Amino acid sequence: MRLPRVNFYPLAGPALASAVSFAIGALFILAIGRSPVDVYGMFFSQTFGNSYGIGQVLFRATPLMFTGLAAAISFRGGLFNIGAEGQLTVGAFLTALVGCSGPWIPSGLLMPAALIAGIAGGALWGAIPGFLKARFGAHEVINTIMMNFIGTALVSYLVTNVFLVPATVHTPTIARAAEIPRLDLLTGAFQGAPVNLSLVLALCACYATYIFLWKSRPGYELRATGLSSNAAAYAGIDVARQTVHVLAVSGGLAGLVGSNFVLGYKHYFELGFSENVGFIGIAVALLAKNHPLGIIATSLFFGILGYGSLTINTVVPKELANILEAIMIMFVIVLTRLVDRWMLAVQQRPAA
Amino acid sequence: MDALFTLAFLIQIARISIPYALPALGATFSERGGVVNIALEGILLVSAFATTAATFVTGSPMFGILCGVCAGILTALLHGVICVTLKADQIVSGIAVNLFAVGITKFSCQLLFNSSSNSARIAGTEQWSFLAAVPVLKNPFLIITGLLVVASHILLFRTKFGLRLRAVGEHPEAADSLGVNVARLRYAGLMMCGGLTGLAGAWLAVDQHSFTDGMSAGRGFIALAAMIIGKWTPLGALCAALLFGFAESLTIQLESASRYLQLVQMTPYVLTMVVLAGFIGRSTAPASVGIPYEKEAI
Repeated sequence: MRLPRVNFYPLAGPALASAVSFAIGALFILAIGRSPVDVYGMFFSQTFGNSYGIGQVLFRATPLMFTGLAAAISFRGGLFNIGAEGQLTVGAFLTALVGCSGPWIPSGLLMPAALIAGIAGGALWGAIPGFLKARFGAHEVINTIMMNFIGTALVSYLVTNVFLVPATVHTPTIARAAEIPRLDLLTGAFQGAPVNLSLVLALCACYATYIFLWKSRPGYELRATGLSSNAAAYAGIDVARQTVHVLAVSGGLAGLVGSNFVLGYKHYFELGFSENVGFIGIAVALLAKNHPLGIIATSLFFGILGYGSLTINTVVPKELANILEAIMIMFVIVLTRLVDRWMLAVQQRPAA
Repeated sequence: MDALFTLAFLIQIARISIPYALPALGATFSERGGVVNIALEGILLVSAFATTAATFVTGSPMFGILCGVCAGILTALLHGVICVTLKADQIVSGIAVNLFAVGITKFSCQLLFNSSSNSARIAGTEQWSFLAAVPVLKNPFLIITGLLVVASHILLFRTKFGLRLRAVGEHPEAADSLGVNVARLRYAGLMMCGGLTGLAGAWLAVDQHSFTDGMSAGRGFIALAAMIIGKWTPLGALCAALLFGFAESLTIQLESASRYLQLVQMTPYVLTMVVLAGFIGRSTAPASVGIPYEKEAI
């Protein structure tokens, strides 16, 4: 496995953005009368200090890898997919449904079938805005937002009226055969943390997306369309078809989020389980500059943020994490642009 | 069915439509000036919280509403600094502002009310007894919303300011070459958006007499849909908002239909997609919406 050559200057923007966000976070902590050193100390010792903390971070990083890839692949294709939240909801719901249908599917095939159902649900939810853009020129930003609400409303209708376990907000439990094993049961590490083999699936997805984007012809066509759809069309690429494909692949990746929560952790689908991972995936992708391997690092980073904020909840409200995530996005889009312009100015400066 | 269309039912529709109509009106100004604002949802949340907090502290809902409007303007300005002055992507900035709003409101709610999801009860506008005598005036927001729609229509289509704002959203280069300050007008559109959305957020808070986390419940996005279906005009936005309000009131009214509430709540979104695809008359966005304006290098 040959890793890509890394050019470090593109990392300046994201690194600076993260540093600034933590600094602003420190101001928030100071403002409520706590010591940033103590709070951040607690934050990092709880996340890195023991194997349970690391397991929790990995568990939270797993869905972010899927939604980060979903965002990155659509950005690379020149499209905005803000619909990951809806795509993962539909996908995870179908994953749970197939996971429950034990008697009809051979038990050996149950888990793969549930995963494929998740991919299919997400891909369908992404392909619809893609088709509307390709066929009618309807803007995918608005349509993916609309599909978020349609997906959530449809699934919550189905869950509350058709598939509900009375007195709960979740579907019936999936069959044993569909479960994805937890790492603490397999390896003995991360005792008590819900991290499961979905993590391996997510890592594979990151590597596969990297190979797809840079070592395959469809990936080349996708990037070409993203860089300039006119040039791509002139080179014979079917841009309309690309639009549908990109959003379908992006939605399919988001649809895999259910593997972590439904198959690997709770073993049922629960309304509102996602906690905004669809939107945070956009931050994950931006911080990684839409690079699939960078996403491994940035989703771990956001995983630390997510779990770390829970550990400090007794002294600082855990919503600090949402604030930091938002500030990070703001700074990363501003700083990346400024750093890139500055680099361009330096390169274009006449030699003498 | 006859008994359904009583005055009370009509007022109910109007009440439900307020938080759709005002942000839709605001987004119309913002987008006519060329700035996409998907941060309506976040602005609603921030202003609802600001209203609750200020009313709780001072005991005056009037002051609370004022704070809500100001908080809305400030949040819109944050979006403006990122994507007008610093010219970053408007969609991503909107997402960031929405996430920020979720975080900051829950964070502050925890600090002020010792719960990240519920505030204490606050006073509403019912105490203004001089208004309560007339049924339509009982809720001053109804009249204010109506007046704002008419005023917005005149401002956007009958004044120099409106013409310039629209020019900046359609063809900023041309407007700039005629000496119109593109950035200043885009800020103006955004601030009006913030103020109007802030007023809607304030209404949510005084109507419910409290703040709860995520109380905007997607209304910012429904408002965005109303703006699109209303074809980027104030009157159109109002009609679309009333249509959504009607559908929702009807579902609430018909007891037997209430289990389908979630499906009815889908209609604004489905309708938006249908309209955007051009099935019911094309709805076209201002030409330069979403594109940061870069003056050409001299």
